[in-house]
Amino acid sequence: MAAKTLFDKVWDAHVVTEIKGGPSVLYIDKHLVHEVTSPQAFAGLEKRGISLFRLQNTLATADHNVPTKDQHLPIKEALSRQQVEKLSENCNKFGVTLYGLGHPYQGIVHVIGPELGVTLPGMTMVCGDSHTSTHGAFGSIAFGIGTSEVEQVMATQCLMQSKPKTMKIEINGKLGKGVVSKDIILYIISKISAAGGTGYFVEFAGSAIRSLSMEARMTICNMSIEMGARGGMIAPDETTFEYIKGREFAPKGAKFDEAVAYWKTLFSDEDAKFDQVLTYKAEDIEPMITYGTNPGMGIKVSGHIPAETEIDAASRLSFKKSLEYMDFQPGASLIGKQVNYVFIGSCTNSRIEDLRMVAEFVKGKKKAANINAYVIPGSKQVEKQAIAEGIDKVLAEAGFELREPGCSACLGMNEDKVPKGEYCVSTSNRNFEGRQGPGARTLLASPLTAAAVAVSGKIVDVRDFNLN
Amino acid sequence: MEKFVTITSNITPLAIEDIDTDQIIPARFLKATTREGFGENLFRDWRFDEQNNPKKDFVLNNSDYAGSRILVAGKNFGCGSSREHAAWAITDAGFKVVVSSFFADIFKNNALNNGLLPVQVSQQFLNTVFEKVQADKNLKLNVDLEKQKIEIVGHNVSESFEINDYKKTCLINGYDDIDYLLSIKDKIEAYEKGSKYLSLVK
Repeated sequence: MAAKTLFDKVWDAHVVTEIKGGPSVLYIDKHLVHEVTSPQAFAGLEKRGISLFRLQNTLATADHNVPTKDQHLPIKEALSRQQVEKLSENCNKFGVTLYGLGHPYQGIVHVIGPELGVTLPGMTMVCGDSHTSTHGAFGSIAFGIGTSEVEQVMATQCLMQSKPKTMKIEINGKLGKGVVSKDIILYIISKISAAGGTGYFVEFAGSAIRSLSMEARMTICNMSIEMGARGGMIAPDETTFEYIKGREFAPKGAKFDEAVAYWKTLFSDEDAKFDQVLTYKAEDIEPMITYGTNPGMGIKVSGHIPAETEIDAASRLSFKKSLEYMDFQPGASLIGKQVNYVFIGSCTNSRIEDLRMVAEFVKGKKKAANINAYVIPGSKQVEKQAIAEGIDKVLAEAGFELREPGCSACLGMNEDKVPKGEYCVSTSNRNFEGRQGPGARTLLASPLTAAAVAVSGKIVDVRDFNLN
Repeated sequence: MEKFVTITSNITPLAIEDIDTDQIIPARFLKATTREGFGENLFRDWRFDEQNNPKKDFVLNNSDYAGSRILVAGKNFGCGSSREHAAWAITDAGFKVVVSSFFADIFKNNALNNGLLPVQVSQQFLNTVFEKVQADKNLKLNVDLEKQKIEIVGHNVSESFEINDYKKTCLINGYDDIDYLLSIKDKIEAYEKGSKYLSLVK
């Protein structure tokens, strides 16, 4: 049998049929739904007079629009409220399971899938949200889709997809002090650009990846889309099985053993061919931060913004536009730059390990007087766990505000926004113009770097602190 | 879906790279529950200032390019968020074609699902278009989907472009994927009987 990549194995197991000169019909095992990209799809089903093809393969939550304060009260903003209500109405009408506001399982769609044991190795998963790539950390094919495709999956449990090329990114070695998984992915994207992965599905491999926890792996796969890749995946291993075991919807007992036996076959064969292979050394990676308006514009915190001469002639106009927006100078260092906002949250970095990392760092310290620091847990379950561990108290003592779960200031669809012209060091995934609010200037970094910035009131290298 | 026919039109040149879907339609305008009306917020923050006055230097506010049905943009167009609202906003504003040297994957699919043709050209062709439109604001492009050919009208500069046969047929005939998928329901059900995943979560 021909050698196969992990991606090929999972893809091939889901092809219902192939269309000559066209895409494959791919079966989708799990469809996650949220309020922003689903209403037009539900309306499409109604128009066609059909229902969902497989209700049990579908799960919904409300996350993008929800407030992060007083979630027990009606949503104040009318349009947000209407969209969240529309989701409830649609889920009721069509019989879709909904973990809406107030439900103990509510949270960011890419946080709740894994924590509930819904996300499993070897499955196909889609959602009308580009960060669906997160779930690839389990060795699943998971990717974001548009609303017409949401309707396709609702109507048929299938998607028409052209098979992407495959890329392997290997990170070998040991991570240095103060360097965490967010730094790995920001480093990779800074090397290959925000378009470097377009047309590819990426497998992350190598000893540095293997040594990461599941939550750290999710952070990496989450940002695969930020290099343009359709998705990212990591072969499942003992760390994966251990994480899944006992979770709410994971297979149990003999089914679990059967599942693990199957999951153990999900790896890239030794002589499998990738269309592209990139290799990096973990030792070369330092704490990272972005300076521009796409996630590829990243540097070592201790480094410098590129000089104009280092940028391709064709890209200079965009580079200048970006620095103008950020009010930064080419060649400048960011160290010491005053920042007034720190946002810790989003589907990239809002899990319990992220909150623990921040709490451990800020324990006994205080945020700087100029800083507004928000911590938004990824789900009700993360919030509950944080409170059980006393993380809420540690954060409160340090002057950080722990709020209720949702996407929040990652994209500013609710009232959590960064004011015009202000800098925000954010653990989210996108530093696009206006992403965190009109005129807001976002610098992406790890939760550890964000915590260090919060206690310093300015950009610092987290390695200047005593780290355990 | 509306059928796609050959188009000849003046262009809207936007020589910026890595235009993400947050610029095409900012998140705060994604709260509608229908597909209509997104055109008025297309490139909202590049097009209008905080007082909602049109910014004079932005191309969509320049009457020289009025009535254009072809948007021409720098490489890696449509990156970022999967929001189909970006494709809806572009079509709602009257565009039928987007030309770039490189498209983000999800945007490309979303465009095709809405009868908006993404035409990927070489960087050289793109540069030529941006150059020539500076001298002639009324520069026109002709896009022939049947022949898979794009031409700068009157300049004898043309290029062929790729599109898979299936999508091409869909666009030309106005078919959508759901009609096709519903017609192979038997195959989908047969697949489910042998699915490893479904057997594990039963």
